Amino acid sequence: MLDTLMLYLTFPFVRYALIVGVLIALCSSLLGVTLVLKRYSYIGDGLSHVAFGALSIATVLNLTNSMLIVLPLTILAAILLLSKGKNAKVKGDAAIAMISVGALAFGYMIMNLFPTSSNVSGDVCTTLFGSTSILTLTNTEVWVCGILAIVVLVIFVLFYNRIFAVTFDEDFANAVGTKVKLYNLLIATVIAIIIVIAMNLVGSLLISALVIFPALSAMSVFKSFRAVTVFSAVASVICAFFGIIVSILVGTPVGSTIVTADVILYIGCLIVGKIKG
Amino acid sequence: MAILTAKELSVGYEGSSVLNGINFEINAGDYFCIVGENGSGKTTLMKTILGLQTPISGEFNFSEGLLKNEIGYLPQQSDVQRDFPASVFEIVLSGCQNGLGKKFFYSKEQKELALQNIKRMGIAQLKNRCYRELSGGQQQRVLLARALCATKRVLLLDEPVAGLDPQVTAEMYELIKQLNDDGLTIIMISHDIDNITNYATKIFNVNTLAVEEKKEVQSC
Repeated sequence: MLDTLMLYLTFPFVRYALIVGVLIALCSSLLGVTLVLKRYSYIGDGLSHVAFGALSIATVLNLTNSMLIVLPLTILAAILLLSKGKNAKVKGDAAIAMISVGALAFGYMIMNLFPTSSNVSGDVCTTLFGSTSILTLTNTEVWVCGILAIVVLVIFVLFYNRIFAVTFDEDFANAVGTKVKLYNLLIATVIAIIIVIAMNLVGSLLISALVIFPALSAMSVFKSFRAVTVFSAVASVICAFFGIIVSILVGTPVGSTIVTADVILYIGCLIVGKIKG
Repeated sequence: MAILTAKELSVGYEGSSVLNGINFEINAGDYFCIVGENGSGKTTLMKTILGLQTPISGEFNFSEGLLKNEIGYLPQQSDVQRDFPASVFEIVLSGCQNGLGKKFFYSKEQKELALQNIKRMGIAQLKNRCYRELSGGQQQRVLLARALCATKRVLLLDEPVAGLDPQVTAEMYELIKQLNDDGLTIIMISHDIDNITNYATKIFNVNTLAVEEKKEVQSC
């Protein structure tokens, strides 16, 4: 088994997949805590469907780099969903559900109306569940994903204290003069970037798992924000790493294998948390 | 010397006012209480004072160049906070956010300030505990310590004793009284009129719009 793994690792695309996969997993876990606590667990799902819709437009237009259209559209949707906050006419979960299914239907329709290959359902399935896409990334895509992941990481570390402040108590932050709107905008943008790059790893239907599970696992065991953040990052990386390795060896779909690993970890953490009290 | 004056102020949200004709003056060192029934617009008034909402009409001024970063605020607790995984120290330190300026991380002095305020509130032994595991009274002390990190002059409190038992309530009032004696101006919302009259130097009644002043504290 180890030999097969070594053999696979000699292929550059497998190594790329591993590196990019781990980077994506790392940054997707970072904002999980913030999203869970702000009651936005489902935003990953909503945004990824927007990204799916955008991607279908990009495919139909035959763009060489789909990021050019997917990223701006997803960021726009994220800002619309998150910045409205408490005062929106359509509240959080309903707004997400609306945008999410709307974009999904639109994307699927576009792909059927203007099929670019003979296997439309295969294409759709790949976009939704990620199947093998992480292994078929082009060189440019690997670089774009890698750079975006690092940008997200740097932004998170630099603004860690402010993200904490805005997540824990928006009113207090506002009252003492922190630019809450600006930071909510920043959080929305970062989430959109994460969703777009994470689509390559697990596909659009499974992204929420990547965002939510590490955070929930960490929250059931650890008691400080820093410990929760660090643990969810580490846990996410480990799950992604082993998920990719297992999927290469056994031939299971990458996305669902990683998510399965995340679920197992969550159950483990839940038990540990109960025992610790 | 008045640090805060309201003249014919109307407050409300989305263009419709809930309170009209508010007139009061708050001086440095005052213990100013806003009382009234639930839903009478106390919190809206507080949010207007904090600049979270714009006044519908009328005048509302901070004098003596009172800056945003000289105000501390103890809000009512939200659902989010009740299951928030954060240590006491992390939360108190976040009170220093208005001192961050263009920097990204807290300085040694700010961490020191957070520690001092934790000790001042008598919760040093809880420093590394998780916020959501604390009792209601302990949580209020944590939030008070955080507010103290943000201010040297004015402290606004929104129902600081809501949901606390009588003994903890008394302790909380003593704590706030102590802060007032130390020179902080206190602006507090409460519907606990019985207790308030023992402490406050000025009481503003939202229902009658009258300010009741206590004479003996006028010396300062």
